Amino acid sequence: MPLLEVKNLHVNVGGTEILKGVDLAVNEGEIHAIMGPNGSGKSTLAQTISGHPAFEVTDGDIVYGGESLLGKKPEERACAGIFLAFQYPVEIPGISNSLFMKSALNAIRRSRGLQELDAFEFLELIKEKANTVEMDEALLSRSVNSGFSGGEKKRNEILQMAVLEPRLGILDETDSGLDIDALRIVADGVNSLRAPHRAMIIVTHYQRLLNYIVPDFVHVLNGGRIVRSGGKELALELEEKGYSWLEEEALARS
Amino acid sequence: MTASPLTTPLVGKEQFLAEFERAESAFADNGRGWLQPIRREAIHRFAQMGFPTRRNEQWRHTNLAALESQAFRRAPDVSLNEEIVAFARSFLLAEPGALQIVFVNGNFAPELSSLAASDGVRVSPLAMAMLDEGELIRRHLARHARLDERPFVALNTAFLRDGAFVHIPKERRLDAPIHLLFVSTSAAEPFVTHPRNLLIADEGAEAKIVETYAGLSGAAYFTNATTELVVGPAANVEHYKLQFESPAAFHLATIQVRQERASRFASHTLSTGGLLARNDINVALAGEGCEGALHGLYLGAGKQHLDSHTLLEHASPRCSSREVYKGILDGESSAVFNGCIQVHPHAQKTDALQSNKCLLLSDAAAIHTQPQLKIYADDVKCTHGASVGRLDQSALHYLRSRGIAEAEARALMIYAFANEVIDGFRIDSLRERLGRRIVERFQRNGV
Ligand SMILES: Nc1ncnc2c1ncn2[C@@H]1O[C@H](COP(=O)(O)OP(=O)(O)OP(=O)(O)O)[C@@H](O)[C@H]1O
Ligand SMILES: [Mg+2]
Repeated sequence: MPLLEVKNLHVNVGGTEILKGVDLAVNEGEIHAIMGPNGSGKSTLAQTISGHPAFEVTDGDIVYGGESLLGKKPEERACAGIFLAFQYPVEIPGISNSLFMKSALNAIRRSRGLQELDAFEFLELIKEKANTVEMDEALLSRSVNSGFSGGEKKRNEILQMAVLEPRLGILDETDSGLDIDALRIVADGVNSLRAPHRAMIIVTHYQRLLNYIVPDFVHVLNGGRIVRSGGKELALELEEKGYSWLEEEALARS
Repeated sequence: MTASPLTTPLVGKEQFLAEFERAESAFADNGRGWLQPIRREAIHRFAQMGFPTRRNEQWRHTNLAALESQAFRRAPDVSLNEEIVAFARSFLLAEPGALQIVFVNGNFAPELSSLAASDGVRVSPLAMAMLDEGELIRRHLARHARLDERPFVALNTAFLRDGAFVHIPKERRLDAPIHLLFVSTSAAEPFVTHPRNLLIADEGAEAKIVETYAGLSGAAYFTNATTELVVGPAANVEHYKLQFESPAAFHLATIQVRQERASRFASHTLSTGGLLARNDINVALAGEGCEGALHGLYLGAGKQHLDSHTLLEHASPRCSSREVYKGILDGESSAVFNGCIQVHPHAQKTDALQSNKCLLLSDAAAIHTQPQLKIYADDVKCTHGASVGRLDQSALHYLRSRGIAEAEARALMIYAFANEVIDGFRIDSLRERLGRRIVERFQRNGV
């Protein structure tokens, strides 16, 4: 049984249909890359899996660990092990980054019947994790993402993923806007979480990231559908030829 | 003709005029003749002005009909039972060395107060201080809070009887805060108190002064408070006003501040109790080179109405003022923020900044926000801004997507919004207690 199964997923945003029948199966231990032109619906798919209320599922299903996610709250999905690294991490003035992560980790631990971490235990953990993603500890006491640079925001997403240790990690363009060093850190972060019981979905525009995180499958989303799936070579082909040949192919077929 | 005991009780203005007739002889007995003409002038002004209607620009969004139609008795004397003592104690400050003066239904409660001051610092009931500080008090009392266009200051002055007197002598710098606590209890019938405070910081003095108003839940009463505060040359005063009146209470208060040259003053206000509460803070930047700051937070729920009026009067050159007010409104509550910045013609190099941000948690909640700039000088920097918003849905989703349940996520965001103001409270026990109260308040209201 796949860890995640997206079946004929149709999604409306603000009355417009954005996803028009997406099918995708992700097994434990696998890494899937999703590519596709701007506006093709990649973030829509990611946000719909995370449970964002603005994205309305009109048809189809998302099954995770054998259960439908539809009707489940975002926090229930997170507690079940789903994590989305946002393409545009949200700034929340007034809540410190470490309070935010402590609240999140303890909420997830509670839901699993685990003891909450106290302030001291959490501090130990967060410092260690911040170290692995080479994040300045000063950013822990600042408000969540407030005034963070683009790269710092992305690094903060990876830090959260490292702290929350999800079963299914979805990275929505976490590589965009990163310098080479940051890119390697993000890749290391992902690779260190790679495990037989975990899976990752990596949304990216660039083959570059896939040199560091080698995917098992590459999918192309276009016009709200997955128009092509293949192995890691597909990413190289896209890098070389762009997306237009796929559109021409599709036209020729119809 | 004999009055029937069943005649309907007087309400509104008339009841106060009648009560003044009855009370005046008692006032005159206490041997402070100089107050008598002040009281008479005040009741005369009150009689002329009456209760403001909504045609009055300063009261346009605050409807006093419910207040005006109620009869209020003289505050009942109470014996301090366990409930009242425990309630009052829950508001006392934890800071060691804090001087705390407590009034219950307007009467000084020595059992709950701790006034052992040293080095000439004086914290005492005003009525008592009048006996031996007559000269100083006479120079300031009712000299700063103007009566014109302020019917409730006039009413307070007419019934001026007691309250807190604080005097910090020259160059005395107090670390521990001074706390004025006004507790109201429940009574058979609604009652009124007119607390009157006079706070004086002499040249170079430093102090933190907290005024707390709190009422036992269910108590129906009307607090009509006036505070006059004088910040002497180069003195530095932080004033905290915390309003936790009972949900059935009316609270109308004016704080009148006079800043002498090179002084610093910061006001921190929390308004969260009462059915109807109005807080006027008027600061006169009277001397050159003053800094004034006004920070306010109002938290409304149910059918509460919370009104904040501020006036920063730049009367001298080279003064700066900073004003940040924030509000959170739930249920059918409503609020008013009216911030007036007035710059006199010769008050050049004025630097004034004002902002009001309000968070509406429900569709039925409403805020009326209005900056008023009256600038008569030309070399002035003055900026203001107002915003009204809802809880940021993308931030809410972001928190929830990390596993934080909706109720907790909302509480975190509400706390975060309020925190900008609470963070500026430089009294530790207060800051911690208020943070908890805010979270509890909006959790209880099923946010
Ligand atoms: N809230 C919204 N209201 C209306 N349209 C929306 C909304 N959110 C997304 N869309 C539209 O849905 C389409 C898909 O957007 P989406 O963000 O999923 O694209 P994407 O593939 O992630 O693009 P990019 O590569 O630029 O990140 C776009 O046309 C976008 O304008
Ligand atoms: Mg996107």
